[in-house]
Amino acid sequence: MWQWFHKLGSPRWFYHISGKFLPWLALASVVLIVTGVVWGLAFAPQDARQGNSFRIIYIHVPASFLALAGYYVMAAAGAVGMIWKMKLADMVMVAAAPLGAALTFIALFTGAVWGKPTWGTYWIWDARITSMLVLLFLYIGIIALSRSFSTRETSARACAILALVGTVNIPIIYKSVDWWYTLHQPATIKMTGAPSMHPDMFKPLLVMILGFYCFYALVLLLNTRTEILLRESRTTWVKELAEPK
Amino acid sequence: MFQFENFDAFIAMGGHGPYVWAAYGLSLTIMAGLALAPLRRQRALLADLRQRLQAQRQRGQN
Repeated sequence: MWQWFHKLGSPRWFYHISGKFLPWLALASVVLIVTGVVWGLAFAPQDARQGNSFRIIYIHVPASFLALAGYYVMAAAGAVGMIWKMKLADMVMVAAAPLGAALTFIALFTGAVWGKPTWGTYWIWDARITSMLVLLFLYIGIIALSRSFSTRETSARACAILALVGTVNIPIIYKSVDWWYTLHQPATIKMTGAPSMHPDMFKPLLVMILGFYCFYALVLLLNTRTEILLRESRTTWVKELAEPK
Repeated sequence: MFQFENFDAFIAMGGHGPYVWAAYGLSLTIMAGLALAPLRRQRALLADLRQRLQAQRQRGQN
């Protein structure tokens, strides 16, 4: 177990192994997302009340899911890096921040353009939307913080602490629709019980969520690999990558 | 089953076309960028490293 842990902490080993997963993750992401987009846009039935604007759900919900799950990934990586001084975990944390920020932005943007025809407004300071905006600022804060220290150790520590403190926001986002019942509708998919959605509408959503998970894993690996190349550029194995014999 | 009568109706989305297409268009563009950016960055990093190594060797020879 410890040997495995030690190996996992080795950037070189990680770079090698992750390279084998990339093509499969890329293939799965493209197939699932293309299927989900075509299905959701053209073949899923329209919503009885919202009409076709409802089709935005197929981007909005998966992006929101991954924006939240991605925060846990980032905070957990930060904690592992801080506790066990694992360099690779710090790299994963830094890799997760811009990806999470982009997905949060997508969730907010699709929510805004969905809100206009449905609620009559692009933006409202509703609890769910405001706490998602806080999430976006947390991600941006981590990105800014990771670039503002000259030593990697201090930077990693500061980012990990901010990420861990920020996890307070995640349950607030989840529960916001129940605690403050305002404009945003409650969760469509619940861990317990059947989804409150017709199966013909739900199936493409499931495909999109799976596709977004694969896409998240793909980009997280790609960003981590970039970070590895950047930080390990003095090692022999990276020099050999730059100049293959 | 295809939900629209024809291609024009598909584009119009019953009047919600601009919202739906803006959401899908911008989101998918951002996602393509997210996947391509690290690949481009990696290629640039390795090319930069190769140049530095070559420069180092030339200095060593002189």
